[in-house]
Amino acid sequence: MKIIEANGLHYRQLNEIIREAIKNGEQEFKIIGATGQRYIAAGIKNKIKIVIEGTPGNDLGAFMQGPYIEVIGNGQDGIGNTMSDGKIIIHGRAGDIIGYGMRGGEIFIRDEVGYRVGIHMKAYDNLRPVIVIGDSAKDFLGEYMAGGLIIVLNLRGTVPIGKYCGTGMHGGKIYVRGDIDEHLLGKEVSITPLSEEDESELAGYISQYFELFGVKRGNVSLEEFKKISPRSHRPYGSLYTH
Amino acid sequence: MPLSTIFPEFKIIRDKEKCIACQVCVRQCAFEAHIYDPEKDEVYSDDSKCVGCHRCEALCPTDALNIIKYPFDIKDNKNWTPGILNDIYRQAESGAIILTGMGCDKDYPIYWDRILLNASQVTNPSIDPLREPMELRTFIGRKPRYVEVERSQERDTVKVKTQLPPQLRLETPIMFSAMSYGSISFNACQALARAAEEIGTYYNTGEGGLHPDLYKFGANTIVQVASGRFGVHPDYLNAGAAIEIKIGQGAKPGIGGHLPGEKVTEEISRTRMIPTGTDALSPAPHHDIYSIEDLRQLIYALKEATEYKKPVGVKIAAVHNVAAIATGIARAGADFITIDGLRGGTGAAPQVIRDNVGIPIELAIAVVDSRLREEGIREEVSLIAAGGFRKSSDVIKAIALGADAVYIGTAALAAMGCHVCQKCYTGKCNWGIATQDPYLSKRLNPNIAARRLVNLINAWSKELKEMLGGMGINAIESLRGNREHLRGVGLEEWELRLLGIKPAGEGW
Repeated sequence: MKIIEANGLHYRQLNEIIREAIKNGEQEFKIIGATGQRYIAAGIKNKIKIVIEGTPGNDLGAFMQGPYIEVIGNGQDGIGNTMSDGKIIIHGRAGDIIGYGMRGGEIFIRDEVGYRVGIHMKAYDNLRPVIVIGDSAKDFLGEYMAGGLIIVLNLRGTVPIGKYCGTGMHGGKIYVRGDIDEHLLGKEVSITPLSEEDESELAGYISQYFELFGVKRGNVSLEEFKKISPRSHRPYGSLYTH
Repeated sequence: MPLSTIFPEFKIIRDKEKCIACQVCVRQCAFEAHIYDPEKDEVYSDDSKCVGCHRCEALCPTDALNIIKYPFDIKDNKNWTPGILNDIYRQAESGAIILTGMGCDKDYPIYWDRILLNASQVTNPSIDPLREPMELRTFIGRKPRYVEVERSQERDTVKVKTQLPPQLRLETPIMFSAMSYGSISFNACQALARAAEEIGTYYNTGEGGLHPDLYKFGANTIVQVASGRFGVHPDYLNAGAAIEIKIGQGAKPGIGGHLPGEKVTEEISRTRMIPTGTDALSPAPHHDIYSIEDLRQLIYALKEATEYKKPVGVKIAAVHNVAAIATGIARAGADFITIDGLRGGTGAAPQVIRDNVGIPIELAIAVVDSRLREEGIREEVSLIAAGGFRKSSDVIKAIALGADAVYIGTAALAAMGCHVCQKCYTGKCNWGIATQDPYLSKRLNPNIAARRLVNLINAWSKELKEMLGGMGINAIESLRGNREHLRGVGLEEWELRLLGIKPAGEGW
């Protein structure tokens, strides 16, 4: 395992060190003292493991296709931007635009996330992205979502989602624990109960969440969840005339 | 009320004496304007379905067809023209936004036609391009402020010490604009790629991802990253010679893209990496870019993902504040800026946006180049102009105004057979270009199309050399931003000021 002391390193140096080490066959990394360095593991295709202590900067794992990243601390904005595969686990909270245009892989966030999370997530073939959020999300969750899955566990029992949730959504689904005010949703989505298939899928991610973060499960039950899904795969089909 | 008040745009004239009812026209028209009547063994036509693509006319073996503009008998009216009325009728029937294809066709000033080039006479001899070497080679990318060289005393050689930022090398300052696989057929994409390779220039994927069979043309490919991030993954980013972040395009500034679900076929689904039949929505903004700082973040994310080996550029539509936006883009770290003007083409755009939003590319080039110079950062970024380049003289005038290179879209499509009927969005292109229907797309032979593209660019390049030689210049680089070689005719004071050129008749 390669241990990198990140404090004082510019992101370009830090990422260069990681890339060089990968070329030399290194597969496990521990970055200590991260102080906002951006783009960690951006564009990396190797199935490496990176544990980060401290706070990595924006665009953690952008475009990545394979790495396993665990952050012992909070994350910032743009985590998993356009990522294709791999896994990112944040032992804390995360900022805005998590998983933008994400096509595959998984992101687990222990606490809450900011605005514009899961925008334009998409699924393809056997790729299906998943974002699991321990607490709540702010406005614009899952906007333009075209595929994949977002789960909001709402463990603190506050308001689980913000405004404009699922606007323009035309694929995928969002499971939310707790009550959802209809006025918070975009016009293109509706709330339905979970099917049996949905529930077994959800149960799997819930147990994975509690296992990953080692927090007490408490009274979380599947009946408390609702599903937000698109009304149509073609929300704007009649917008235009020829 | 009649069933429909929409009147036809074209009239199909069939010479019954010549027509042998062979049904070529019936098979060629995806819009079903020609119908065969087996009882009478006759072919007749439905004018209301004709889009004016002239495919049937071109292929009729007996020359029996002639497509003309529909003669309207409504009273002459400069305000309520047939086109305006037809739009109203269509919207009254559908209640929907009018969609169109190609670039703005309205009568806004085309400044290229009001700018004249200079030539040498007596005092500064012209150069004969047939005899003298003429340099059209162009490099796109950030240039260093100065170059440090190392002299080796033993052999009296010079070595460049400064590490140059990544550059694109163009053998002629003309590239093929972003046209996605989806908006155009695979054969059309392949023809563009092959032609770019043969010419030594680049074509651009648009936001359609890259088909696996086209990866081999990577060295001549610019890959695009737009708001939908379709088909964007590490291999895609590394496949091209450069990356272009698409913020906007001239045909539809400020609005997004939208490939309708019916066009998302099995193959399109593979390159865009979305399920078949789903709408491919590219929202207007990138939802992770709301400022120049955010743009910088994406530029550097892409640079990190490709290890700083490729130029990363940003494409914007020419809008009112284009100069200030362009300097922001330069300062955000872009290696090139693409500016797409008012007349830039598209596969589909709301007509009201296409025809009313943006500014002409001529003014945009001039004000951006001036602003970058004023701020002393012109060499830090290359400027690519796009939007309605029709001929080599447009290209050379753009370079003299300050562009490093141009992108051509519609001209390239025309070289492949496009007749600019503006129906790209229907997916029924009878010329096999803007369609995914295998029956139609096989009409475009990629070998022939590539050859015609190469011919066009070679012809324009020869003309560029002729014009350069006439001005007494032997390298296109020496003309860039050299506006003394341009003069305006019929232009107002303010237009001359913004273009930074003198009126015709005024000397140095």
